[in-house]
Amino acid sequence: MSLQNWQEHKRPFAAIAGAPILWLALFFIVPMAIVWAYSFGENSGAADIVISGTLHNYKRAIEALYLSIFFKSLAVAALVTLICLIVGFPVAMAITFASDKWRPWLLLGVMLPFWTNLLIRTYALMTVLGGNGYANKALGALWGSASWLRTLVGLQPLEVWTPVQLLYNNFAVVLGLVYVHLPFMVLPLYSALDRLDRSLIEASLDLGAGHLRTLSRIVMPLAAPGIFAGIMITLIPALGAYLTPDLMGGTDSQMIANVIERQFKRANDWPFGAALSFMLIYAMFALVALQSLRGRRKPAQVH
Amino acid sequence: MPDPAQPIIQIRNVTKRFGKVTAVDNVSLDILAGEFFVLLGPSGCGKTTLLRMIAGFELPTEGQILIDGQDMAGIPPNKRPVNMVFQSYAVFPHMSVADNVGYGLKIAGTGRAERDERVREALELVKLHGFADRMPDQMSGGQRQRVALARSLVMRPKVLLLDEPLSALDAKLRAQMQFELSELQDQVGITFVTVTHDQDEALSMAGRIAVINKGEVAQLAAPSDLYEYPANRFVADFVGSVNLFEGKLTLDEADKAAVDCPGLGRVYLNHGVTGPHGADVWIALRPEKIYLHVPGEGKAIRAAAQDAPDGYNLARGQIKGMSYLGDITLYEIKLDGGPMIRVSRPNLSRRDQEHFTWDDRVSMHWRADSPVVLLN
Repeated sequence: MSLQNWQEHKRPFAAIAGAPILWLALFFIVPMAIVWAYSFGENSGAADIVISGTLHNYKRAIEALYLSIFFKSLAVAALVTLICLIVGFPVAMAITFASDKWRPWLLLGVMLPFWTNLLIRTYALMTVLGGNGYANKALGALWGSASWLRTLVGLQPLEVWTPVQLLYNNFAVVLGLVYVHLPFMVLPLYSALDRLDRSLIEASLDLGAGHLRTLSRIVMPLAAPGIFAGIMITLIPALGAYLTPDLMGGTDSQMIANVIERQFKRANDWPFGAALSFMLIYAMFALVALQSLRGRRKPAQVH
Repeated sequence: MPDPAQPIIQIRNVTKRFGKVTAVDNVSLDILAGEFFVLLGPSGCGKTTLLRMIAGFELPTEGQILIDGQDMAGIPPNKRPVNMVFQSYAVFPHMSVADNVGYGLKIAGTGRAERDERVREALELVKLHGFADRMPDQMSGGQRQRVALARSLVMRPKVLLLDEPLSALDAKLRAQMQFELSELQDQVGITFVTVTHDQDEALSMAGRIAVINKGEVAQLAAPSDLYEYPANRFVADFVGSVNLFEGKLTLDEADKAAVDCPGLGRVYLNHGVTGPHGADVWIALRPEKIYLHVPGEGKAIRAAAQDAPDGYNLARGQIKGMSYLGDITLYEIKLDGGPMIRVSRPNLSRRDQEHFTWDDRVSMHWRADSPVVLLN
């Protein structure tokens, strides 16, 4: 029996698809719906929430204080995505054009961090960036040798090295987020570049274009779907990042997810937390809608 | 205009190794300006590697390639005076036909007006006028190939390289394109170097053919010479269909020779072969050069005696298989001496193929200038 058409074989399809759909409904859609309902509710007593249909929570969510944090999160996520794209594109190119012997190992190298707990990776990065971390030690050693070189040529030695503040600021948050999200960018880029017909690149070279122009006129336009997928898949989780700004950020580098967490836990204001959460989700919907709109426009783009 | 007597491409002792595999083995070739040159060989023989070395996509391990007298060592593909039509056509899918064809000119910084004019000319040349605004995915394979051709021709290269240009087309279109490519080459006067594994394609289009086997040039000749005077067994077998018989050279004089082939008998030739007496040689006999007769007829013997005055080039056997191909009929005949021989017979009239059928006893004869004696 062929199962290619679910309309002709409703029952076997129901049997196969039933369990995952039920799972999704029970553990994803229902809880989300409850949180969504909370966003229209208000606290009544210590643990009770009344769904009153109020828009008060959303009104609060678009107050300047929260909106500014939201836009700051968006800016940080956009910056992280841009850096990931700039760093990830050459990496994806390198993997694509690596020899058959090397490619699986390079891909493994990109995927390896996925298999390590995010918390452990974040703490590992923190030990590198800390005041007594390796980054500062290396910089200190460089500073020291520069100072020593100055004394060699008869100049005054430099002042004593003071460790640079690499942690607990916006820089640390961006660095940490790039570190965490880079694989998300590299993999879709790689899959787009890998599908590219090599003879298109050769044809461009053959017609007199150098490598840079081949990259900008042939490779990048044809890899555009992969670039766009990479941007979405990096931007969305970066926008909702919680752990990295919490651990690596300073007082001024909290992102929207940290504010949401505070509403649910410390402030015990679930309705407002729910409204903030759904502001984030609406934003993501908008991004995804943008992507599908772009996908639909594509045939029309043909001029 | 390049000097027609001067080779436009000189390949000197070029060897290409991929790891331990030798793809091209010490090849030396001269390709003349304005000729239609074909590299013919089975897949994996190194012909495409040779072409890609001319284009600059592969670098020779040893040896030298000169284009128009200039050494190409260290010159990247985008700086070489050659252009390539790729097997997959490699038409840029995100650009219109006009943008595809104009790509190289745009890169070269040619002005808009001249570019438009040259693109229009090139599209006219490949009979694609009116397709300028189409996108590649709205075109057939044959049309895409014309785009690729126009895109290369518009650059006015000294040499146009074509990698299996017709392999992706269906048989009818392929025959038409063979003809059109030859005509186009005549028209533009650019040197064409084509790679193919298809002998029909090579014979019909080429001015000269280099047959490549295992990375070496097996023979370099004009199409008819290649077919009628193959230099070795590989060429005889690869180009066209052939019957090969091993034998010993028993007679070799200025104007006649004879080879004793076990199973076939003595084969007489009306010219010398200048091989050592008693040497092991091979006889190559094309199926269409063998005449079929019903046995017992004096006609066969008379015909044989006329065509080979020093002895009868005559064999007898029984038809074991036949395939009717329309224009000709192919017969598989078991010789009385043991081996099989293939004979083709043109169907000159509508009922010609009914003369012979399975299990018929037949006689065969061939002219004394038909067999080719091969020393290796």
